[in-house]
Amino acid sequence: MTGKLDLDPVLVARARELARRAGQPVVDLARSHTTVSVERAVLRLAGVTGADPDGIPWVNRLVDAVVADVGLGHGVAVPVFDALAREGITDVTLLAQKAAAGSVRFALPTGRAATAARSAARRAVGAGIRRIDRRRAERDRLVKRHGDPAQRPWIYLIVATGDIYEDIPQAQAAARAGADVIAVIRSTGQSLLDYVPEGATREGFAGTYATQENFRLMRAALDESSKELGRYVRLTNYASGLCMPEMAALAGLERLDMMLNDSMYGILFRDINPIRTFVDQRFSRQVHARAGIIINTGEDNYLTTADAVDEAHTVTVSQLLNEFFAHEAGLADWQLGLGHAFEINPEVPESFRLELAHALLARELFPDAPLKWMPPTKHMTGDVFRGNLLDGFFNLAGALTGQGILLVGMMTEAVVTPWLSDRDIALQNVRYVLGAAGGLHEDFVPAPGGFIRRRANQVLGEALDLLERIGEQTLLTAIAEGTFGIMKRPADRGKGLAGVAAHEADYCNPATEILEAAA
Amino acid sequence: MSGDQKQIVRPYGDTTGDGMVQVSFTLPVSHDKRAEGAAVQLANRMGMDPAMVVHAKPMGDGFTFFVVYGRVNHLVDLTAVQVVERDFPLLSAKDVNTVVKQRLRRKLSVVGACIGTDAHTVGIDAILNVKGIAGEKGLEYYRELKVTNLGAQVSVPELVEAARAERADAVLVSQVVTQRDAHLHNTREMSAAFREAMPAGRRPLLIVGGPRFDETMTDELGVDRIFGRGTTPGEVASYLVHALITQRKATA
Repeated sequence: MTGKLDLDPVLVARARELARRAGQPVVDLARSHTTVSVERAVLRLAGVTGADPDGIPWVNRLVDAVVADVGLGHGVAVPVFDALAREGITDVTLLAQKAAAGSVRFALPTGRAATAARSAARRAVGAGIRRIDRRRAERDRLVKRHGDPAQRPWIYLIVATGDIYEDIPQAQAAARAGADVIAVIRSTGQSLLDYVPEGATREGFAGTYATQENFRLMRAALDESSKELGRYVRLTNYASGLCMPEMAALAGLERLDMMLNDSMYGILFRDINPIRTFVDQRFSRQVHARAGIIINTGEDNYLTTADAVDEAHTVTVSQLLNEFFAHEAGLADWQLGLGHAFEINPEVPESFRLELAHALLARELFPDAPLKWMPPTKHMTGDVFRGNLLDGFFNLAGALTGQGILLVGMMTEAVVTPWLSDRDIALQNVRYVLGAAGGLHEDFVPAPGGFIRRRANQVLGEALDLLERIGEQTLLTAIAEGTFGIMKRPADRGKGLAGVAAHEADYCNPATEILEAAA
Repeated sequence: MSGDQKQIVRPYGDTTGDGMVQVSFTLPVSHDKRAEGAAVQLANRMGMDPAMVVHAKPMGDGFTFFVVYGRVNHLVDLTAVQVVERDFPLLSAKDVNTVVKQRLRRKLSVVGACIGTDAHTVGIDAILNVKGIAGEKGLEYYRELKVTNLGAQVSVPELVEAARAERADAVLVSQVVTQRDAHLHNTREMSAAFREAMPAGRRPLLIVGGPRFDETMTDELGVDRIFGRGTTPGEVASYLVHALITQRKATA
């Protein structure tokens, strides 16, 4: 700990212990359940690709067929590879097609057949995981060849036209103009689709569908840009919603570099069933850990619904929980882009000092995590001139407190999806602040006993109180009773619940076995 | 005629009647003398004369950003201004909560669903989910609204039953699929079922939304309100307050 805030190490250790205590029952739950999306991710790793003529992926058809015959609780790997052996074929996608046509029955093999199915499944899934390993090694090579960005924070920019072929030149232009990380926003509502669309897509609602082919096209384009610019340009997408595990697998297979992945966002903001979310989240994080992907958590979202001063401690609590879940799933500190945001009402007296206190608290609590610093959105009004000033202060706070990843704020937030010129002006703003004050965090040490130190310690204290209260019940009860944000999300409600099953005694998931053996 | 009663006005820079405006735009051309001339030409055609290009900056390959100041020769006739008034006031989330709390004195219950075979929950989720749309939070975010989102492929009897169980003040139905006028048939079936199941005074407010509805067809479809493309949660919340509280109390 660098000690700019004089945080009490005993309290910090206590906060982590309380987060562990709150999170452990959820981990136990995740370890004893599976979901349709986890099983589909396993099949994707085992090599099932493509979709039927209606656009429903073969992994969905195959999982549905297995579930209809033997249920979900045994895992699909063994029944699928048992059927493959009985049918005398080797192509799992072909098996999916036969299953969809109703010409294959699934069973739970015993004895020698079960052992054979297990080892065949493990071989196939192992091959998929080795592809992810090769993609990670490839990233390491490219980063070595082209280099990392010269400065911290990395500059993170969003593109979202709906058409992947429009996104590509925009992303390349953004990289040329200084973006280090490109995020392709997803189409509205994709998080609630219980399947991953297929192929290159040219139409979306306020965003572009996340598909394996779109991932591949954009990564290839940014590889060209990396070569041209002499720095490795990273690509981000979303492992959230009902297909979190599959998104993680596809991101690993196509060498995405960062993924949005929050432990509670889907529950609170999308009303996805809490158990579904925690099970999916754990598997997706195990895949991210293996793939060398940096996750971005979603604490900024709390501050768009709740007051950024009164509820500042809920961000800290969520960061601590996200850290616990991430470590448990095998992610290292350098992979934790814990989120927070500049969302205090600018009319509040001393709002900038409060922002500095909160941002520095996150920095000091998680010294080895990159931290994702999110720009103002709630108090952007359409007054683009004031918005540009606010973004300048946001950038300055990022420089002063040593943030790792800076999402570039747009003065046209809440007005239009960013124009070419909006992005250019926003990047000019970032370049000016980082050029003029990029190293200021070295000199910036808040005065002992001063406003910033007092405020940071107050927020930590409130976070501890909240964690104590969660500890007295359980995290699931706390979520059910509306502790985070204002939404009450009971564990027996929400979208995607039908796709959750408790493990049977013979549950088998070769992907989890391989990923946990390595950890 | 005194200053505040003027019928004809011009933009104001620093002197009455100077007509000065400032605009910025991008042209898809590389930055050179010709590009600046092109910016002046555009400004002239927009009615600015003289137009001064005060800033020109190349952006990437083949684009230039301009800031132009100049005198615009158009006049504004205030008597000829026409505005379409919404028939209910647009309220902030805070105001919606205050009105419900003070005047209804209980939570306002809203039940939403996609009915029939329509599986497109994009619309209903944009209005109801906290996530919302276009930077506006959905109705779940409103403290004084109790939202029940039944999701997709809900049958009409299920919807009526849920509305009864939740003592719904309003029922929101989203319809995206329009094949063979499915959205119209489904809506008529829904409104007929509510008419049959509940007496007039006890029926919830019936609202449908979707990109292909004609907003004037309320009578024909038997609903209280239709919302078309681009509707935001704030508009729906404001309408609920207007129709269920403000207007009802006023006419009661």
